[in-house]
Amino acid sequence: MQNKDSIKNTLLIGIGLCLICAAVISVIAVGLKELQKSNAILDQQKKIVAAADLKGFYGTTESAFDSIEEKIIDIEGGLITDLSTEKYDLSKELKDPSRYIALSSIEDIATIKKRENFSKVFLEYREDQLNTVILPVRGYGLWGILYGYLAISSDLNTIVGLEFYQHKETPGLGAEVDNPKWKALWRGKKIYDENGEILIKVVKGKVDNNSDMSTYEVDGLSGATLTSNGVSNLLAYWLGDSGFKKFLNNLKQENING
Amino acid sequence: MAKTSEVLLSPIFKDNPIALQVLGICSALAVTSKLYPTLIMCVALTATITLSNFFISLIRNIVPSNIRIIVQMTIISSLVIIVDQLLKAYDYETSKTLSVFVGLIITNCIVMGRAEAYAMQNGPYMSMVDGFGNGLGYSVILIIVGSIRELIGSGQLLGVQILPLVSEGGWYVSNNFFLLPPSSFLIIGLFIWFLRSWKTEQVEPAEFKMSKNAPKEVKADHA
Repeated sequence: MQNKDSIKNTLLIGIGLCLICAAVISVIAVGLKELQKSNAILDQQKKIVAAADLKGFYGTTESAFDSIEEKIIDIEGGLITDLSTEKYDLSKELKDPSRYIALSSIEDIATIKKRENFSKVFLEYREDQLNTVILPVRGYGLWGILYGYLAISSDLNTIVGLEFYQHKETPGLGAEVDNPKWKALWRGKKIYDENGEILIKVVKGKVDNNSDMSTYEVDGLSGATLTSNGVSNLLAYWLGDSGFKKFLNNLKQENING
Repeated sequence: MAKTSEVLLSPIFKDNPIALQVLGICSALAVTSKLYPTLIMCVALTATITLSNFFISLIRNIVPSNIRIIVQMTIISSLVIIVDQLLKAYDYETSKTLSVFVGLIITNCIVMGRAEAYAMQNGPYMSMVDGFGNGLGYSVILIIVGSIRELIGSGQLLGVQILPLVSEGGWYVSNNFFLLPPSSFLIIGLFIWFLRSWKTEQVEPAEFKMSKNAPKEVKADHA
């Protein structure tokens, strides 16, 4: 081919190749989109079901999730709204200044900078009775923000489980937040004392089982003090006044009245 | 055909892309802390390089030489995007672990290097064989590094506990250094040393001469 380096041929090959590649990629991307979406949703559901420890009761993740109601709540007022949960996306909420509040450094113990006004929570009912509340939590660890779900039982003071679905902690050290043995330690721990003070935290080293505080404490992750502190801080923030405390109190009131 | 097996097998030890040509180190450091994602990465890279070599070789005679690099990149990136999409659809967990590193196969010098060095000069069939062989050469190193790192770093292989950890009542104290990327430098370095002691023709001529040790009297003073 003597004219393979001609301008005409260069343009022809360049454009032709791009069109072919673009077409192939588009077909594959569109074809796989549904599968990828359902994967991402299933992944979130798995974490939520794991945090609330529902798999044993319901059998599968899907059937467990069927018993869960998704609700958008107004964090400030602590009330459930009737907004649609379908299109809720945390990253979008945090881009619109009218939909989040910027936190001052004193308030911002979890180092998250912004707190959304509306949050998507998950409520599990058994025989019309509220059984578990699953709240999305996040906070800074050592390398980045840990994103997770905290499940609280119907007394609204006992932790069922804590599960992180995204974090950047060091493998083998901070990433042990994913270790099933450590996660099992959270079960049954209490959050508030009688006065509504937040006492739950991750301690350094092992919890002293003889102390009065042991129901509020979880063993620290060895070699990962900053991650452990990060987990304590994020719980303190999200269970506190500018977090979900009002919502939890309202639910408690409802439980008593209803 | 003797030549086919030569093209297929020589990249594994004789002309290994990582150990001899020292290409594609970045992903060898980043994805090898556990064996399972390492295996997926190996499959992803081998598939990409085999197919990219095939397609590039197929059109090598009509590609204008002044845009050949761009053409190669376009084909490679398209393949990588497809691999990434497939991974997200069929193995979501692993795709989350590998995250950006699948996309970074595009910039992996091994893929580009084989396209430019081999596929532009040889027929589609032999190019595929060459791509596959280089994929295997990359995989051998990654699997070795991945196995060593997971075993020493967390006492596991493919997530199965091999060495019982002290924290779980066993005897093995895990070495967390091996969970961090720099440990791969050490393992790859040792591997290159081992390989070059075995196949001495890979030893490169020294670029400079080491000076002699300090005179003995000075040492004697310290002792």
